[in-house]
Amino acid sequence: MRPSFDEMRADGDTVRAHYRGYDRWLAQQPNDVMLSRREEAEVIFRRVGITFAVYGAKDEDGHGNERLIPFDLIPRVIPAHEWAEMEKGLAQRVAALNRFIHDVYHDQDIIKAGHVPAEQILQNAQFRPEMMGVDVPGGVYSHISGIDIIRAANADGSGSYYVLEDNLRVPSGVSYMLEDRKMMMRLFPELFSQHRVAPVAHYPDLLLETLRSVAPPSVNEPTVVVLTPGMHNSAYFEHAFLAQQMGIELVEGQDLFVKDNFVYMRTTQGPKRVDVIYRRVDDDFLDPRAFRKDSTLGCAGLLGAYRAGNVTLSNAIGTGVADDKSIYPYVPKMIEFYLGEKPILNNVPTYMCRKDEDLKYVLANLDELVVKEVHGAGGYGMLIGPAATRAEIEDFRKALLANPSGYIAQPTLALSTCPTYVDHGIAPRHIDLRPFVLSGKEVQMVPGGLTRVALKEGSLVVNSSQGGGTKDTWVLEA
Amino acid sequence: MLSRTADHLFWMARYMERAENTARMLDVNYQASLMPQSADEAEKGWKGLLGISELSGDFATRFGAVTPDSVMRYMVSDERNGSSIRNCLQAARENARAVRGTLTTEVWETQNQTWLEFQRMIASEAFLRDPSTLFEWVKFRSHLSRGVTVGTMLQDEAFHFLRIGSFLERADNTARLLDVKFHAVESEYHGFSNGGAAARDTEVDFYHWSGILRSVSGFEVYRKAYRNVIRPEKVAELLILRADMPRSLAACMQEVVTNLKMVANEQSTETLRKAGRLQSDLQYGRIDEILATGLHAYLTQFLDRVGTLGIGISRDFLVPVAA
Repeated sequence: MRPSFDEMRADGDTVRAHYRGYDRWLAQQPNDVMLSRREEAEVIFRRVGITFAVYGAKDEDGHGNERLIPFDLIPRVIPAHEWAEMEKGLAQRVAALNRFIHDVYHDQDIIKAGHVPAEQILQNAQFRPEMMGVDVPGGVYSHISGIDIIRAANADGSGSYYVLEDNLRVPSGVSYMLEDRKMMMRLFPELFSQHRVAPVAHYPDLLLETLRSVAPPSVNEPTVVVLTPGMHNSAYFEHAFLAQQMGIELVEGQDLFVKDNFVYMRTTQGPKRVDVIYRRVDDDFLDPRAFRKDSTLGCAGLLGAYRAGNVTLSNAIGTGVADDKSIYPYVPKMIEFYLGEKPILNNVPTYMCRKDEDLKYVLANLDELVVKEVHGAGGYGMLIGPAATRAEIEDFRKALLANPSGYIAQPTLALSTCPTYVDHGIAPRHIDLRPFVLSGKEVQMVPGGLTRVALKEGSLVVNSSQGGGTKDTWVLEA
Repeated sequence: MLSRTADHLFWMARYMERAENTARMLDVNYQASLMPQSADEAEKGWKGLLGISELSGDFATRFGAVTPDSVMRYMVSDERNGSSIRNCLQAARENARAVRGTLTTEVWETQNQTWLEFQRMIASEAFLRDPSTLFEWVKFRSHLSRGVTVGTMLQDEAFHFLRIGSFLERADNTARLLDVKFHAVESEYHGFSNGGAAARDTEVDFYHWSGILRSVSGFEVYRKAYRNVIRPEKVAELLILRADMPRSLAACMQEVVTNLKMVANEQSTETLRKAGRLQSDLQYGRIDEILATGLHAYLTQFLDRVGTLGIGISRDFLVPVAA
């Protein structure tokens, strides 16, 4: 494995151009001031209630189960020209993914053309036959896409961005992107007068515009709501935050009902029609009549209203068929097939264990590869070969042999690092980036995204459920 | 607005108000316990306090004998007592969290901060050494909560349901306080005959009635309104009928009616009628008539009517109507 690419330093003595201003500023800050700012940030996050819930866990005080996501004071900086290129690549990728989902649920041209094996799609647990032939407004399925991007070092020491994963179901984290920026501006206003940092605070506005633009065509003034599983969901803060920022209702399943194929919410002034639902509930739980019978989080009859075109679900039902790890290797092909373009963003080379020759290679190189469950998420169900024990590797070997098509493998790409506050000072920690791409009438995004950081030394797992933290992300004009 | 949202707002405000009133009653009892008095008298005060909240039975089963510290612990920090200040503040905060998007950031942060700080304050039993400071703090957090609401929220339905919650709860709490305190003096209060008044020690009386007034921040108000010595029937009048006394039944009902009118819907006509009727009874009532019926009977009936109103509001607005 190559040494990681460090976002701030080219080597021990050289600070990269886009970090020089910050580095100069940081060198002038007394350590105790920075430490007290860090405490201040924690107090504010807790008072504001920016927490995530962990099932069955207690918080630091032993009360309840709301935890803070650690916030790191050192921003992740992206030069504007790099972002410009990434933005193009993201728009291209998401456009192709939306075309793919539409195709999957209509003519399936990509299967007919022989680019993706039929069983990869039709046997996929995330494929929703209920969506066959259903037309959604503008043909857009994934209105909010979270694309996970990493930067890995090349042989010559430069770095390249790779897409690690597409999240097209209910990607979360955007509230942390917004709150991290607010916090940085509150703690270090002088940094923002010294740097030209692209603003992100208009995200809720873009989101609302996107949601309104995909309302059923017959509706002039659409009523948009956010559907949350409720306050015990780990991302509840975000659901409430976005609803508030957009000035729309935050509903739970029990607040909705369907009558004559239209969706209504129960209000103090009687039933009110709902036209667009930004749902933060998984497909499985949306409609007990159509999907999981035991779900109390959804609304009976919702699928019927949706199929009749009387309500828009955002994201659409069935987008999971395109963000599955087993579909991921085909995304560059999709871009060529649907758009006739060359992919701008790299895919990580991926071994599909369902193919014999790939499986053979993976089994022979388990100690060097990252192996992922096709349906795994949140950093669970994966093997990081170089960091794993013999026993863990052997366990995974058995699992792989038992169900090869349930896994993919990739070379272990060291995520880039960024200086981060840790117990004994500042040290490099691995980071990734999740930009949020909005697709309605047009594709829009705010510059940057959410940077997650693995706080454990050497760890490559940035997920908040596994001890990850976040950083403010700056797209910096030169 | 969503019915569920209105429900959370209504209860958020009620629990905050209840926490405040509990703190007020505890404080008055605590202050009284610092006065020279018989052990009997002191115990009666603490028992009365449990009676107000209908908790005498639960307390007796769990703790047996009534002592100042045990009642204080039970009413302040006990996790199993649904009416303890702790549980009221937690419920207020949980209700706020469920609808934090509907509240202004300031309102939510106030509720959240109150709960976080309160937990720290009761982490040790040090508060028992100086409970008044804690009670004062709770009172001021409630003032702040109401003030932030009035000062930052759009005056839409959300605001009105918060207000209805606050004042319905306050009406209930003031009525209970009056009932217990007048009860403590005589089994049924019809106004004291001259003989009765003479039989009681005027000094003891002064502290008893001024205690009630202080618990509703009414001592200075009383002096201003009557410019006279403290007389029980005037205390009753002030706390029941005076619409300019912010914690009186009349003032509370006025607020309830005003806000209820703002959110009226097709089903709420009957509830609004009952609220309006209760308010006019207070507006045009006279203290001598009330005392002639008997204060206890009057207040019992008042509490019933407030309870009915609560059920009506719940049915008309808060509980989702079936499709």
